[in-house]
Amino acid sequence: MDFTLTEEQELLQETVRGFVANESPATAVREIFDGERSAKPALWKGLVEMGIAGLTVPETHGGAGLDLLDAALASEVLGHFAVPVPFLEHTLTVTALIEGGGSEQQSHWLPRLANGDALGTVALGEGEDTWQPTHWTARFENDVVTGTKRYVPAAEKAGVFVVGIAGGGLALVDASAAGVTVEPMPTVDRGRPLFTVHFENAAATELASAAAQRVLDAGLVLLAADSFGAADRLIRMTADYANTREQFGQVLAQFQGMKHQIADMAVDVVPTRGMWWYAAHAFDQKMAGAGRAAALAKSHVTDRAQQTARQAVECHGGIGFTWECDVQIWFKRVMQDRLLFGTPERLRENIAATGGW
Amino acid sequence: MDLEFGEKYETLRAQARDFARSSWPLQGDEAKLPEREQGILWKERAIAAGFLHRTVPAAYGGGGLEPDVLAETVIRQELDEAGVPHRGSMQGTHMLVPTLLECGTEEQRQAYIRPTLTGVMRWCQGYSEPGSGSDLASLQSRAVVDGDEWVINGQKIWTTQATEAEMMFGLFRTEPDAPKHGGISYLLLSMDTPGIDPRPLQMMQGGLDFCEVFFNDVRIPAANIVGKRGEGWKVSRSTLKHERMLIGDSTGSRKSFEGLLELARNTPRDGRPAIEDPHIRQRIAELEGYVTAREWAVARIISAVAQNDDMKVMDDMLMAKIASTNVTQMTAKIAIDLLGDLGLEEPSGDAIVMGYGGTDAASWVSQYMTSLSGAIAGGSSNIQRNIIGERLYGLPRDRRPEGH
Ligand SMILES: Cc1cc2nc3c(=O)[nH]c(=O)nc-3n(C[C@H](O)[C@H](O)[C@H](O)COP(=O)(O)OP(=O)(O)OC[C@H]3O[C@@H](n4cnc5c(N)ncnc54)[C@H](O)[C@@H]3O)c2cc1C
Repeated sequence: MDFTLTEEQELLQETVRGFVANESPATAVREIFDGERSAKPALWKGLVEMGIAGLTVPETHGGAGLDLLDAALASEVLGHFAVPVPFLEHTLTVTALIEGGGSEQQSHWLPRLANGDALGTVALGEGEDTWQPTHWTARFENDVVTGTKRYVPAAEKAGVFVVGIAGGGLALVDASAAGVTVEPMPTVDRGRPLFTVHFENAAATELASAAAQRVLDAGLVLLAADSFGAADRLIRMTADYANTREQFGQVLAQFQGMKHQIADMAVDVVPTRGMWWYAAHAFDQKMAGAGRAAALAKSHVTDRAQQTARQAVECHGGIGFTWECDVQIWFKRVMQDRLLFGTPERLRENIAATGGW
Repeated sequence: MDLEFGEKYETLRAQARDFARSSWPLQGDEAKLPEREQGILWKERAIAAGFLHRTVPAAYGGGGLEPDVLAETVIRQELDEAGVPHRGSMQGTHMLVPTLLECGTEEQRQAYIRPTLTGVMRWCQGYSEPGSGSDLASLQSRAVVDGDEWVINGQKIWTTQATEAEMMFGLFRTEPDAPKHGGISYLLLSMDTPGIDPRPLQMMQGGLDFCEVFFNDVRIPAANIVGKRGEGWKVSRSTLKHERMLIGDSTGSRKSFEGLLELARNTPRDGRPAIEDPHIRQRIAELEGYVTAREWAVARIISAVAQNDDMKVMDDMLMAKIASTNVTQMTAKIAIDLLGDLGLEEPSGDAIVMGYGGTDAASWVSQYMTSLSGAIAGGSSNIQRNIIGERLYGLPRDRRPEGH
């Protein structure tokens, strides 16, 4: 039994960390939040060059052929630095093609996704918490898709959409197809903007419908990992602040109330690490119960992360309450991680139903 | 990452299972022995077969094997599953034995370890005093040398199993002029020494598991000291070096989670099983998140320890106690809400338990109360929070008055 990371996996995390720590400092994320510019294209490009875009693309299609666990480890680091890149949606597009694509679809898209020529995204929910395949109503008939998808990440830059369709399947739409309109929507996490996308008789090809649940499950794992990284960062930010800010003639951390609040944040979050590791591993090994493990990880980790983010604001006092303070960036990162692909409550309905009780 | 134990450990697992099944319950005349004697017999056999206390040197009655946390894990899983009496007392096998292995004399090891492992010799822990709990080093019960004896006076409290135990290990002030931590010695006492008077204290759920213990000119041999005079504090901490102690165990929380599911199935609500109630389902599903997190945290610790990489999992290790206390309490809180007015009924007899005692209503009422003990005993939750804040996040130590 070896529930540890390999040296390669640790190295992967270090490499991504080294890059984003330099290229995506909090000041750069802040500029995006302040509306001064959108994410530097060089950031995603740099990650693409490191092989991050093609992490899970099979080697035969030009990728690194790694697993969801590896992608989740990258997500943790991206969450830790609140890196504004479309890693989640891109990786899930790859998952959709691997799990549901025919050889033509695969050989057309996978190499382009791996080398970053095309950005992929997933258009699943339709608003009002309709993230489950059974909820989808977009129509796919006669090789065209019609319907409206909401909260679609990175839609304005995407080259290809994986679209959830009525009956619980998936269709693939080239973004340049006629009948695709992308509408920006104001969403809280400005680092990872979301869009409404209208498909009006847009040309599409179908993917095997079994891929739908796998795409969602993979998404749950990546979101859990991202929010874990973000929450870990929030705890450290709070500890650093408490160690510097003085009141009543001493640093805040000298007050036990503060020290214990930080310890409780940690006790909530840190022990969840193995949970998303396991969910990723179960996904990769196609173990029985892998979907349930993903739902458990996403609901639990993001709930704990959100609570930690709320505590982090409180511990920063008035400054924590401002736009100017970086805490809001991570707070909103976690907010998006928690609500995207289904609230903890919706996921727990599934957890109960699939637990045999 | 590989969650399979592999052939070597699966073989060992099968052997442990076979042993557990064929060795328990005892048969024939042996089955008529008192429960405790049956437990001792079984433990002797389990040690001889290499399934219990494997790493204690053979010279002292153990298995004499190299530490192997994976082997210990598969064996424990099988012994748990089979319901054999393998769990020793915390005090004896988990605290005293490692302390003697670390700091005891050869005579002490020879005299005490073997009978402790088999359960022939039971121990209680005489640390806490009425005025000294979290601040244990302020303890006042004293021992003075008189010829070749220690003479002990004072009082201990909250001493678990003091009326059953044959022996006590305890901390006593022997150097009254030395600074707080430096004036304490670690002594071993036979509980039938004249002058020792243990009096049961009733716990909140009605149980009588702990005592206050009075010492009135109690005389014990001068040789009954572990380590040197004034080193008792260090000796009592020495076992903490064995970080394996911090691994924790998530079997208990999964078991009581399953007990809770059972309770939810069997509890009617408006004519339907409570487990069908959407609100209850939400609460239980959220709890399962905590239970699952604990399991994988433990798996992560075990794997790292097996690779001698303990430092990598120090975070999970330092959080193990408080995290498991929290899960235990959450489980009990859902149980009491499921019980509703059944929770008004006072537990009696076998339902007065410490810890998870089964799926019946009265045991859960006990557990609703006793699940609080984890937050108090053995380093309270607040003390754990201090340790976590200070060791993992570099937060300052509390300011204390001079000398503390
Ligand atoms: C079921 C049970 C079994 C026990 N068995 C034994 C046994 O066998 N042998 C033995 O020696 N003892 C035993 N104990 C005693 C146990 O070790 C003590 O209760 C424990 O050390 C706490 O000490 P106290 O009770 O004096 O509480 P106190 O130390 O007075 O603590 C009271 C409260 O104050 C908090 N507190 C204390 N110090 C601080 C601080 N620095 N910062 C913030 N908060 C603080 C604590 O967290 C707690 O909430 C047992 C206790 C229980 C409940």
